Amino acid sequence: MGTVTDIEKALSDWATAHYGAGAAVAGLRRLSGGASQETWAFEVDAGEKSEALILRRAPGGLATPRASEAVTLATEAALLGATDKAGVRVPGVRYVSAPGSTLGEAFIMKRIEGETLGRKILRDAEYETARARLTKDCGEALAGIHSVPLKGLPDLPTSLGRNQIDKYEAVYREFDLPRPVFELAFAWLKENEPEPAEPVLVHGDFRLGNLIVDENGLGAVLDWELAHIGDPREDIAWLCVNSWRFGQTENRVGGFGQLDELLDAYAGAGGARYRPADIDWWEIMGSLKWGVMCMTMYGAFKTGADPSVERAAIGRRVSENEIDLINLFEGLGRHA
Amino acid sequence: MHDAPSAKELIEAVKSFLDKTAMVQLQGHAAFHARVASNALATVLREMEQRPAAEARERERLQALLNSKETDVSLLNRALCEEIRSKRVDLATPGLLTHLKSTTIDQLSVDQPGYSGLRTAAR
Repeated sequence: MGTVTDIEKALSDWATAHYGAGAAVAGLRRLSGGASQETWAFEVDAGEKSEALILRRAPGGLATPRASEAVTLATEAALLGATDKAGVRVPGVRYVSAPGSTLGEAFIMKRIEGETLGRKILRDAEYETARARLTKDCGEALAGIHSVPLKGLPDLPTSLGRNQIDKYEAVYREFDLPRPVFELAFAWLKENEPEPAEPVLVHGDFRLGNLIVDENGLGAVLDWELAHIGDPREDIAWLCVNSWRFGQTENRVGGFGQLDELLDAYAGAGGARYRPADIDWWEIMGSLKWGVMCMTMYGAFKTGADPSVERAAIGRRVSENEIDLINLFEGLGRHA
Repeated sequence: MHDAPSAKELIEAVKSFLDKTAMVQLQGHAAFHARVASNALATVLREMEQRPAAEARERERLQALLNSKETDVSLLNRALCEEIRSKRVDLATPGLLTHLKSTTIDQLSVDQPGYSGLRTAAR
């Protein structure tokens, strides 16, 4: 249960059951990326009902132990359904396959055309119209995600500000590699923690790379693996973290937009009314979090778990997060 | 000790091999890793050139900030972390942010001199 032939056979059975006897599966191919899940693209040719689809599947179809915070595929599919209902642009789910079935733990969703590479979206001429609309689109999408009624959602971890400080500080302490900038960030975050917001559904990784953008703007929000119940400002700030601006530092929102515009669109679509200064704490949290994650990736090299040069080199990217933190500290007074 | 070729020359030779011979013959993941390896060697070359002076400046600032005669930079950094953790030193402490900024700019000039945040810091 895991060869291309097995998957193709299982998909063909599904296609004839769902689209009719003449339906055929074509062009099955594995897409790169997605370390924790397999992602496959294919088409169903069923006359007028032909569709381009994506299969998301646990490796080999079997659920494996995963990062504790990552949600299961069934949960991911349920979140796509719930956010779709709330009007968020997400790929429609066509089928959820249970663990132990022929296809294994997996789901099938509609394939949305467009670009996910941040650098291309920020620079290529064909996305000029998209760039002009993207900030508003993202504000509306985030307001939609945060408006999803929590009742009826599958079980999700809850993680508010204080949980995240504690979690990432524990990881940082374990390395025993003292970095004064991180030390200052942890201390400052504890001293300045804002009143927690009413918990909402948080995407957890809302940034270029996880958004499909077409020529007209936001096409779909992907990668719900880190979804949790949390503080809405976490999602807004994560989109602002300088690591995801791909060099376009002057545009605080993802390298393409201004925060005022994002917050206006967010409030206009039913979200809470935040000021840019409300986002500072969570942006500092986000930069620190990504810095600790880079240390963790270097840790995989240090322990021999992943001896690649890529894992080694990422340890020298931690200073990027340190300068981002310092720039944020220097800017604190400016966003009042 | 033999220093012909020097460590710097050896690294330059390996980097040149990666850039001009290996990378163009490799594909996919291996080509990507060759580029990462070449960048890592560039980091080592910058470190050899810049670290002694940067570390001397860092030591001096840490000694002043902590009023300490300790000369080991990593021990000084440990001590500074302890001061921050125990809240004896914070963002309002004169000289702290300036020191951290200078140190991080020096570090990034070795690690990732093209990083956008470095330009922001220089403004």
